[in-house]
Amino acid sequence: MARIHAAQAIHDALHLAMAADPGVVCYGLGIDDPKRIFGTTAGLQEAFGAERVFDMPTAENAMTGIGIGAALGGMRPVMCHQRLDFFLLAMDQLVNNAAKWRYTFGEGHKVPLTLRLILGRGWGQGPTHSQNLQAWFAHVPGLKVVMPASAADAKGLLLSAIFDDDPVVFLEHRWIHAAIGEVPDGDVRVPIGKAATVREGDALTIVAMSYLVAEAHHACRALEQAGVYCELIDLRTIKPLDMATIRASVARTGRLLVLDSGFATGSVAGEIIARIAMDDWSLLRAAPQRLAAPDCPEPTSYGLTRQFYTEAGDIVRAAGKMLGLSQLPLEALPPARTHHDVPGDWFTGPF
Amino acid sequence: MMNREFSLQLLHDMLLVRRSEEAIARHYPQQQMRCPVHLSIGQEAAAVGICAALTHQDQAVSTHRSHAHYLAKGGDLDALIAELHGKATGCCGGRGGSMHLSDRRVGFLASTAIVGNSIPVGVGMALSQQLKRSQAVTCVFLGDGAVEEGVFYEAANFAAVRRLPVLFACENNRYSVYAGLEKRQPAGRKLTALAEGIGLRAWEVDGNDVEAVAELTADVVASLRDGAGPAFIEMPTYRWLEHCGHADDDHLGYRPEGELAAWQARDPLMAMLARIQPDAAWLAATESVLAQRIDAAFQRALAAPYPSPASAFDGIYASPLQEND
Repeated sequence: MARIHAAQAIHDALHLAMAADPGVVCYGLGIDDPKRIFGTTAGLQEAFGAERVFDMPTAENAMTGIGIGAALGGMRPVMCHQRLDFFLLAMDQLVNNAAKWRYTFGEGHKVPLTLRLILGRGWGQGPTHSQNLQAWFAHVPGLKVVMPASAADAKGLLLSAIFDDDPVVFLEHRWIHAAIGEVPDGDVRVPIGKAATVREGDALTIVAMSYLVAEAHHACRALEQAGVYCELIDLRTIKPLDMATIRASVARTGRLLVLDSGFATGSVAGEIIARIAMDDWSLLRAAPQRLAAPDCPEPTSYGLTRQFYTEAGDIVRAAGKMLGLSQLPLEALPPARTHHDVPGDWFTGPF
Repeated sequence: MMNREFSLQLLHDMLLVRRSEEAIARHYPQQQMRCPVHLSIGQEAAAVGICAALTHQDQAVSTHRSHAHYLAKGGDLDALIAELHGKATGCCGGRGGSMHLSDRRVGFLASTAIVGNSIPVGVGMALSQQLKRSQAVTCVFLGDGAVEEGVFYEAANFAAVRRLPVLFACENNRYSVYAGLEKRQPAGRKLTALAEGIGLRAWEVDGNDVEAVAELTADVVASLRDGAGPAFIEMPTYRWLEHCGHADDDHLGYRPEGELAAWQARDPLMAMLARIQPDAAWLAATESVLAQRIDAAFQRALAAPYPSPASAFDGIYASPLQEND
């Protein structure tokens, strides 16, 4: 066990996977440049050679198809993109090939491809460097989608993704790179498809994903100061959804609030709420709610983004409304960050 | 000059493709093959000439018009016809239909339906061959339309950067559905020059001359095995039937009058027959065996069961989703 950042945990997972299996190849724009994809690929090329660890032409679509072909040829490619938004050029290969291949061509064909897509936030990432499109990927049969919130899950889910025999979209929030936590040593995998109950409570079930789990922790701590104990579920996997864990929690609390970093319409939050409303109506004591990104492109300006994101205070307010609290423990929240557009004052850009 | 046995094999394989496609066209109106079909009649020499230089360890990917490539690579005829009928015995168990064929036992990795979409998959397969220090190569079949897709440049560029053992086999039949080359590319362009510009070694050869294609491809594939880097072969040829379906569509007027007739006068099959003058008894016996094989394939396909409706939901994942409901 070591206490490390999620970026270091991702780095460790890549080194472990490449050492364990000579079929693992790792590529992406900037993978061997001086910045090494926020440090996550540091030392990889030195350890495993330029044949298996390589920068690539600026050609997202073909390079995704090349990953598919290499996977069909017995490799386990890991492709890295510093922003998800660039990967949108590769939707033909992802949706028409990676997701469909196994189903269409059957046994004897498998596509063990991992797509690391980093999600931007703040510091003027703007409309095309900040999209959280987990709902798109989850919509397509044949894909698996994971979204870690902690250092341990970043490592454990990445290892599971690499050694899974299907294409896995690994959505890596830029702001969780700095998340510090205890991470098990060695090849310890977190199963795909299992959510984690990270706080226990009986007043309200809060389901969150990725960086929003951190905001939810702040909100839950503040609510606990007021004697309100919320259950917090970290989804960890977007596809398949761990509905059993959510349902068991709603059975105890009768109330469901889902936090989603993606746009509200067609969101994962909407899917979770639909399933609970259709299958478990009788468990509910209040209408389920969601806090998702507004159906609006993310603006760039420091001024325009001040109220754009779901923050701990928004979660406290939503919980208070659902629970009919007359007093909101907003003063119990940690002090606001000096600047809303960075994860902490230590972050000084550029991306 | 090729040895006669090899020439007869080329002729045999062209006959297999031609007679199979003719049978598909003949049976199609019976409405038992309930999927789009894109037939290769007129283009057999390119498929057969290329595949004659490949072993079953070599891999191939192809396009929506892939029956000829599948058969020329050695793909199972019964499984092809059953696939067109949507039957459980089809090469994809009925999940793919005409535009998604595969027979991994002979190195026919797959054909896919979106123009240009299988190109990078083939290049990725070649990357795996290089990483494994394999002697095998990959052939990417594509058409003149796919050369207009960005993914072609992206994939060819990477193949050149890594000197991958990949052959781009381009059948230039001049039409992308109903759009002629003159509407889609500037006059005077040479596809080979374009390919050379990306860093591919490029050749043009008569796509209706099976022996010329086979001879050139044998040399090019040998050079690929020697690590000479990716190659591009352009083969001008012509599609006789409609873009999609079993019938003639020349009456639609999208091709200049007389163009089809001129190409039919250069029928790759008749040209090969005229050149090697096979023994009449050999030809009769070959035609008879092929007719029986093809007829049997249709009978088996018709008799085979459909996959069960419930099985439609199986096999989406190699390691199934752990649905925790």
